[in-house]
Amino acid sequence: MSDTTLTKSDGTSGVGPVEGAPVYDVDNPAPYIEAPRKRTSKTPRSTRGNFEMAAWLFMRLSGVVLVVLVIGHLLIQLVLDGGVSKVGFAFVAGRWASPFWQGWDLLMLWLAMLHGANGLRTVINDYAERPQTRMWLKGLLYAATVFTVLLGTLVIFTFDPNIR
Amino acid sequence: MPAGTLYRGREGMWSWVAHRVTGVLIFFFLFVHVLDTALVRVSPEAYDDVVSTYKTPIVALLEYGLVAAILFHALNGLRVIAVDFWSKGPRYQKQMLWTVVGIWVVLMVGALYPVLGHAVRELFGS
Repeated sequence: MSDTTLTKSDGTSGVGPVEGAPVYDVDNPAPYIEAPRKRTSKTPRSTRGNFEMAAWLFMRLSGVVLVVLVIGHLLIQLVLDGGVSKVGFAFVAGRWASPFWQGWDLLMLWLAMLHGANGLRTVINDYAERPQTRMWLKGLLYAATVFTVLLGTLVIFTFDPNIR
Repeated sequence: MPAGTLYRGREGMWSWVAHRVTGVLIFFFLFVHVLDTALVRVSPEAYDDVVSTYKTPIVALLEYGLVAAILFHALNGLRVIAVDFWSKGPRYQKQMLWTVVGIWVVLMVGALYPVLGHAVRELFGS
């Protein structure tokens, strides 16, 4: 490193050589630099709160529960007792006669729909760049999610084995 | 690879891509699946009619694909949780991905007969 470019006319250097003596000392302290993202009274208040952190945590918590619920569901519907062949109205009526399986399916419906909707929200946020496109895609997503969750909940609670 | 891309390739990126793709596919199936199940509120015949399509050989193959997507998403999701919450998770993310792939292959072989057996019997006789 050349001294000619860094040495000021009075002989002190603004940028010290890498292994040289420190430029600043007790009598000549370095200027205080604020941390880059320090919150101050001038920082605008966040309008989103901790929503994204809550969503991140929800994905992990619901994910663990869904692993159990969905793999159990797959075993019952597709693997055990003849696989998909036995599935029909009578099979559904038999399972939903039990509050346990009603609760299982209700929890699975809500967690899976919210987990999937939040996942798709992330995907839309990542790839849809125009504000209009994002708004419409998310509006469609939220409408489909609310509709599906409500429909599924209604079906589980109002199921009638003697419909015919 | 185009200059300036954020995509870094290898296990980290491709598992992330597979997690996204399987997640979106599962969500679309879930939407259809709630709709078809809702037919139990219409009539037993309407429900049994739509479920009969789930028992055809072609849809059985799609079901096998659904099982593949769900099992990968579930196992890799547990890996993501381990990366996020286990102090050594990030260091072992590659080993954990290959563990996920290994368990996935074993489970997919195990699911062959239960999920596709009835389709094979239908196509080639029992």
